[in-house]
Parts: sequence; C-alpha cells; structure tokens
Amino acid sequence: MEIGLSHYLFVAAALFTIGVFGIFVNRKNVIIILMSIELVLLSVNINLVAFSAYLRNLEGQIFAMIVLTVAAAEAAVGLAILVTYFRNRGGIAVEDINQMRG
Amino acid sequence: MGETERMLATIAFYVLAAVAIVSAFAVIAARNPVHSVLFLILTFFSAAGLFVLLGAEFLAMLLVVVYVGAVAVLFLFVVMMLDVDFVELRQGFLQYLPAGIVVAAALLFELGLVASASMGANGAPIALAPNAPGEVTNAEAIGRVLYTDYLLLFQMAGLVLLVAMIGAIVLTLRHRPGVKRQDIAAQVGRTRAQGVELKDIRPGQGLG
Repeated sequence: MEIGLSHYLFVAAALFTIGVFGIFVNRKNVIIILMSIELVLLSVNINLVAFSAYLRNLEGQIFAMIVLTVAAAEAAVGLAILVTYFRNRGGIAVEDINQMRG
Repeated sequence: MGETERMLATIAFYVLAAVAIVSAFAVIAARNPVHSVLFLILTFFSAAGLFVLLGAEFLAMLLVVVYVGAVAVLFLFVVMMLDVDFVELRQGFLQYLPAGIVVAAALLFELGLVASASMGANGAPIALAPNAPGEVTNAEAIGRVLYTDYLLLFQMAGLVLLVAMIGAIVLTLRHRPGVKRQDIAAQVGRTRAQGVELKDIRPGQGLG
C-alpha cells in the first residue's frame, strides 16, 4: 500500500497523544514533563513537514524550523530553571512549587 | 520511483513509525530518567528518518544535530547532575493514570478522525509524489525561501535563541563567596601612594 499523508498524520497523532499522556501520568517529575513537551512539538513538526511534502510547498518546513528553534530555547530555559530550583530547594517535586501562588 | 523502491519506502515508513511510537511510549514509561533520555534520542532519530522519507533531508539533519547533539545531551547532563530520588517522583503514576487514559483516548480518537478524513475519496491514501529529477535539492530550496521571504522570521529565531541563551546563563549564574576575581575599577583606581612605600635604609645595616 502506498504511504500517504494520512499515515504521517496518524504517526503524529500517536506521538502527540503519548506526549500529553506523559504530562498527565508523570505529574511529579519535571524532567519527564519537559521531555513530553518535546514529543508534542516533534509531532507538530511531523505534521508540518508531511503537509509541506504533500502540498509541494516549502513554507511548512520553514515553520518546522521555527518550531525546532523555539523547542530548543524552551528546553534550555526550562532546564536552567530546574537547576536553579534544585539548588535552592534540594528537590524537583512539582507539587512543592507553589510558593508564588497568590 | 520503481516498484521495489516504493516497497522499500513503505517498509522503511512502517519500521520508523513503529520505532518512533514505541520509544516515545518508553520515554514516559521508563523508570530511570536516563533511559527516558536515551529513548527520546531514539524517537528523534526515527522522526529524522521519516523526514528523509518525506523528502525533507535538511530538516532531518537539523533534527539530528539539534536534538541528538544538543537538547538530548542537555537533558542527559541535567538528569545526571541532579541528585534526585526518582523512585519517589513516580509515586503519583497510578493516581493520575485513569484521567490520563481518558484524555489520551479522547485525543487519539479526535486526531484519528481528522487523519482518516484526509484519506482519499475511495479510502486509498493520497500518494506523495517523488522529487522530480533536475529539481534543486531540499537544502538549496529551503535556503532560497528562508533568506528571502522569511528573512525577518530567521532573524527573530536567532533573537529567540540569543534571549534563551542569556536567560539560561543569568538563571544559573551564582556568585560564590571567597573566589578571587579581577576587579578592574580597583586596579585602575590604584594610586602611587597605595602601591609604593619608600624606606630610608642606612648603609651597612640591611633591612633589619
């Protein structure tokens, strides 16, 4: 069977769902949550590139590059916040992060 | 594209897609976060393979370089640097499992509905046309668009990275007490009276 657009959309949908599921079940571990966000962004990239190839239009790939940039920046800043938080509190449990609650 | 090549592309797609999905699930299910990072690398590798199948070679290489080379190593570094009891962090896994399964099932159903709507009218999937011979390569085509129509977007992406870099440095910077540092203001403001002392020594007595 020929591989078409919908096959890629199914793969991206599965990856997106796994990413969201990972955020739900690993509520305490910030590192896994950050990795789940990376998975979600990757599934978005797969969608963008699949549509770009399907429509014979390069703009989707440019968009995917921008998403890649933002994902890298987000990972760097997120991990920096994590390191600072660990240094100050001695742990990374998400449930303890409620000190800025108004 | 010949029949054999099409067959190979189909097999490659199913293998890469299966590896990507299974390793993505292993990312969120692994007990050891180091294993999670390694499975994340595998997922990105498989996704890069899918990009190659789609004809987006440049983006595939970018994914390998940026994710496997930078982001995954950053994750690995942080996981290994932080001294955290990861077993304790998995306590709520079963507690949130039902809600997670409900949301994931709903999401998968909706996304699957949309994806199956994109199938052709008679149920056959829409075929991706192979690259015509004589066409410019993917990297050249991207360069032609990126540096002309999307120049502003490109520059803004650079700015995003710069801000993220400065942010990461500022967040993790700390001043330890007792570390010797160069104090330029003190060096420049030093006068002769502070630095030199003249002693009158009589001949034959030395510096006693």
